[in-house]
Amino acid sequence: MLGLITLWLLSIVIFTMAQVLPGDVARSILGPFADESAVKVLRAELGTDRPLLTQYGDWIGGAVTGDLGDSQAFRRPVTEVLGPALQNSAKLALLAFLIVVPLGIVGGVIAALNEGRPRDRIISIGGLSATAVPEFVWAVVLIIVFSLGLGLLPSTAQFPDGSGPAEQVKYLLLPSLCLVFVLFGYIARMARAGTIESLDADYTRTAIIKGLPQRTVMRRHVLRNSLLPTIAVIATQTGYLFGGLVIVEVIFNYNGIGRVIFQAAQQKDFPLLQSTVLVIGVVYLVATLIADILYSVLNPRVRLGSAE
Amino acid sequence: MSLPGQPLSSAFDEALAGTPAAGPRRDEGRSARREQLHLLVHSKTFIAGAIIVGFWVLCAILGEAVVPKDPLATDPLSDLAAPSGDNWFGTDRLGRDVFSRVIAGAQGILITAPAATLLGTVLGTALGLITGYFRGAVDDVLSRVVDAFLALPVVIVGLLAIVSLGPSKLTVIVVIGIVFAPSIARTVRAAVLSERELDYVAAARLRSERTPYVLFAEILPNVMGPVMVEFTVRLGYAIFVIAGLTFLGFGIQPPAPDWGLQVFEHYGLISGGFWWPVLFPAMAITTLVIGVNLLADGLTQAFER
Repeated sequence: MLGLITLWLLSIVIFTMAQVLPGDVARSILGPFADESAVKVLRAELGTDRPLLTQYGDWIGGAVTGDLGDSQAFRRPVTEVLGPALQNSAKLALLAFLIVVPLGIVGGVIAALNEGRPRDRIISIGGLSATAVPEFVWAVVLIIVFSLGLGLLPSTAQFPDGSGPAEQVKYLLLPSLCLVFVLFGYIARMARAGTIESLDADYTRTAIIKGLPQRTVMRRHVLRNSLLPTIAVIATQTGYLFGGLVIVEVIFNYNGIGRVIFQAAQQKDFPLLQSTVLVIGVVYLVATLIADILYSVLNPRVRLGSAE
Repeated sequence: MSLPGQPLSSAFDEALAGTPAAGPRRDEGRSARREQLHLLVHSKTFIAGAIIVGFWVLCAILGEAVVPKDPLATDPLSDLAAPSGDNWFGTDRLGRDVFSRVIAGAQGILITAPAATLLGTVLGTALGLITGYFRGAVDDVLSRVVDAFLALPVVIVGLLAIVSLGPSKLTVIVVIGIVFAPSIARTVRAAVLSERELDYVAAARLRSERTPYVLFAEILPNVMGPVMVEFTVRLGYAIFVIAGLTFLGFGIQPPAPDWGLQVFEHYGLISGGFWWPVLFPAMAITTLVIGVNLLADGLTQAFER
């Protein structure tokens, strides 16, 4: 329910930014020297001559029924442009998550077990620094090293049509690594904080005192508690992920949702832009919802607490 | 505290100096501040960060006065020359000296990022003070709007707003400032929630001080610690985002010798073997963001004891 209210507010924010801020879209497409009558025709064609409330109603009404309007730049329905793009981006994001989640968790746990020692400092400061460096910097460094220097991996991500999974991974490895570098720090930091907290907890002390082997203590008592907040963080990072996708997909020439946004922005294709941003908002809210559900499934305290 | 790249300390002092709080509390605040300063000066990460950021601030200020060549002067006859004794970092596709452009390129990002962060911090702090102090309906409504805003990645909101308004330095500053405000507001709100229950706030209210006075003269100085930490953390993020937007062509505009722009203009040439117009500006961004993050890390550790 709250998610729906947030979504509604989000749609108003997006609509305001895409339709109210730019002023006369038709005029800005045709330029300042275009004939007024031509501008009028384009305005009617785009529907921007109607009252704002009607335009908003149309957009939202359409979005609810799965019709996101027509893209001006691609001359096709927005849904047709977004469908394949979303699929491509999902592949890239999935590969990045498959690499970064285990890596981040292991890194964070190792840092926590060595709290304050050099190994912890290296992981913590290294992760923090990797996270702070913009994706395109990672991208050019990776391309220079692996593509130009060693000649191991391609410098574009768009795999040829009909290539098998292994071939696709080869093309997607460098772009997903850029996302991995940026995400690693967040996930490792959360895993580290969670592990340190549950290492200090009474139940861990009890488990050690009653003589359980260290391995069992770690698995059953420490990790089970410490990884809960990490799951929540991973979900919130899907929001960031889309921002990263824009840059990575542009630099690696990959036809995903990020590149669609970039092209829509370059060509001032506002219908495509606003619908894509709305879709991203929906994906983010769904991801946080899934994280909430997962969290309560894994955490009996939340599950039973709400039942009382 | 006359370190370059540290404009916050003076803002902090001003904010405190403007507080007509009672005598003893002020002294207490001062000794606590001295202790934090002591911690800062002895924090290796903070010093390392200050040196790196200080270097780039110097470059931004002196910039064109110290570089060996004019960063904007094109020379079509010697374009894309490899690094040599004459052009230390080589030349770019228009024959401009990459070394000079890297040094002079510090300016754009070091004006826009701190300005945007400052704007975001001022707006966010005001918003956080109001929502945290009043709670109730005002808080509920504003928190919902904030949530809606935070559902979108900053780069994408920035992109949408900048496309709508047309790219320029000022647009970037205003847009990033406004986009940052909600999350800063969230941090400040959390700090205010615990402050508002303390005795000094009740005392001020009993003296029938006016609400703006309670908010800005009583509570604000006491939440300055988290605000400062938030400022430096956000500053690193602002550099990240503005560099990203500039890379996409929606930030600082050509022919400025900005780092993100240099990478954008030349990344397509990497596969041809021309790595120098891309790698050096990329390294410059890397050192700057790492420097700012080390500063932020030092500040966080000093303030959160």
